[in-house]
Amino acid sequence: MSAVQATPPQVRKTSLNAVHRALGAKMVEFSGWDMPVEYPSSIGCGIVAEHMAVRTGVGIFDVSHMGDIRLSGPGALDAVQHISMNDASRLAVGQAQYSALLYPQGTFVDDVIVHRLGEDDYLLVINAGTREKDFNWVRDNTRQFKCRFEHLSDDFTQIAIQGPKAVNLLQKLTDADLNAVKFYWVARGTVCQLREILIARTGYTAEDGFEIYIPSDEVTSARVWNEIMAAGKEFGAIPCGLGARNTLRLEGKLPLYGHEISDTINVWEAGLDRFCKMEKTEFIGREALEKARAADVTKMLVGLEMVERGIARDGYKVLDDDGREIGYVTSGSPAPFFKKNIALAYVPPRQAVVGSRVKVEIRGQSAGARVVPTPFYKRPKKV
Amino acid sequence: MPYPIDRKYTREHEWITSDGTIGITQYAQESLGDIVFVDLPKIGTELTAGKTFGTVESVKAVSDLYAPASGTVTEANGELATSPEKVNKDAHGSWMVKIKLKDPGELNSLLSAADYEKFAGEEAGH
Repeated sequence: MSAVQATPPQVRKTSLNAVHRALGAKMVEFSGWDMPVEYPSSIGCGIVAEHMAVRTGVGIFDVSHMGDIRLSGPGALDAVQHISMNDASRLAVGQAQYSALLYPQGTFVDDVIVHRLGEDDYLLVINAGTREKDFNWVRDNTRQFKCRFEHLSDDFTQIAIQGPKAVNLLQKLTDADLNAVKFYWVARGTVCQLREILIARTGYTAEDGFEIYIPSDEVTSARVWNEIMAAGKEFGAIPCGLGARNTLRLEGKLPLYGHEISDTINVWEAGLDRFCKMEKTEFIGREALEKARAADVTKMLVGLEMVERGIARDGYKVLDDDGREIGYVTSGSPAPFFKKNIALAYVPPRQAVVGSRVKVEIRGQSAGARVVPTPFYKRPKKV
Repeated sequence: MPYPIDRKYTREHEWITSDGTIGITQYAQESLGDIVFVDLPKIGTELTAGKTFGTVESVKAVSDLYAPASGTVTEANGELATSPEKVNKDAHGSWMVKIKLKDPGELNSLLSAADYEKFAGEEAGH
């Protein structure tokens, strides 16, 4: 057993930090934040239990490390259209979409969720690890538009309530009619006696669920967290950490910045074509993507399932049958819901077909794997 | 949880009994979380004190196992290949390998239960 790493100083804390510590969460440094990776088994938690709670019931996450940028004013839509690859003009007020900010070369600054909150009012939810970079990028590239730019990251405590029972749980705490809020739509309502709270039917778990944005002061944050936990008791709600968040998003093939997407990977390679609207006349990265589309891609993101004993981990090499290095694993883990070892990896197009046999080098030894359809997990359609 | 006094402990969180049975500690299993994979050496493998001899994987991470003492593997716990979660349930009862000790005197330099408990407490505290 090697020693467990200590938390370095100067890491940032969310307003729920004391709540996590009181629950006995195992804390880790993630993208400069002191975050819970999992909660103790003594309260029914642990990555596998947390993962399963979200797949079968409901789990609660503190995701306040996520960043928020608001663009508002008459030029806001043009600004959003310029800096993001999806088509924000298709959004109705109250609707949200998955999108990405791109560099001129068609690679990723970050992936984002764009919410249209009002007529000329957009909220971009960005990743924790890229907060400052995104903030500067958006500010510098929206100067020419008539819109107001605000960095709201520290104003919100963001709590994700995820799982098939999330709607039942949250409905107990709000006057908003949640059944009227479709997936990737947002509403405002009173939540835990707090008025005008942003309620988004979004998440990073490949499951139904909500993310609520409440004032970030510690007292309010802790009160709301505790009320959610209490209301969730009858549904078996448990707190969930970043460990389960990662395995859940991996099963759903939801990209993680620095892994499946980065400043060296373009949209086509990442397979995010359907969120990139080339029919839009202009956006940063479009020209490079137009050229890249005409050329051949050299690597594609695929799902792997281990056939032989072993767990593929981030950064491991992917080999062909002759042992030649052909690619690399971007994310790999045991998948708690499937009870299989899965991974996402970049491989050449020739090996990217479903059924293709490859090997993963695991600490000097190669273990067989096969390319499988993705996402690994798709939530059952509502009846 | 008290650490059994019938064995010695390493700063890398393994335990070893005087007859050469080796496992990982309660603190180790708690730190790792859900254990999903245990990779152990074959019978006959020579272990060197302080060197790695296998790996334990949780959902989240891979950790090396370090030999508390030198010796030859006489048995590996095959049950952990199919039920690695047994280590989470009972770390001090779930042995990993048994070795024929090369020099039983090597155990004298390892931590007692009380010293290990203090050590693990300090590591958990920071």
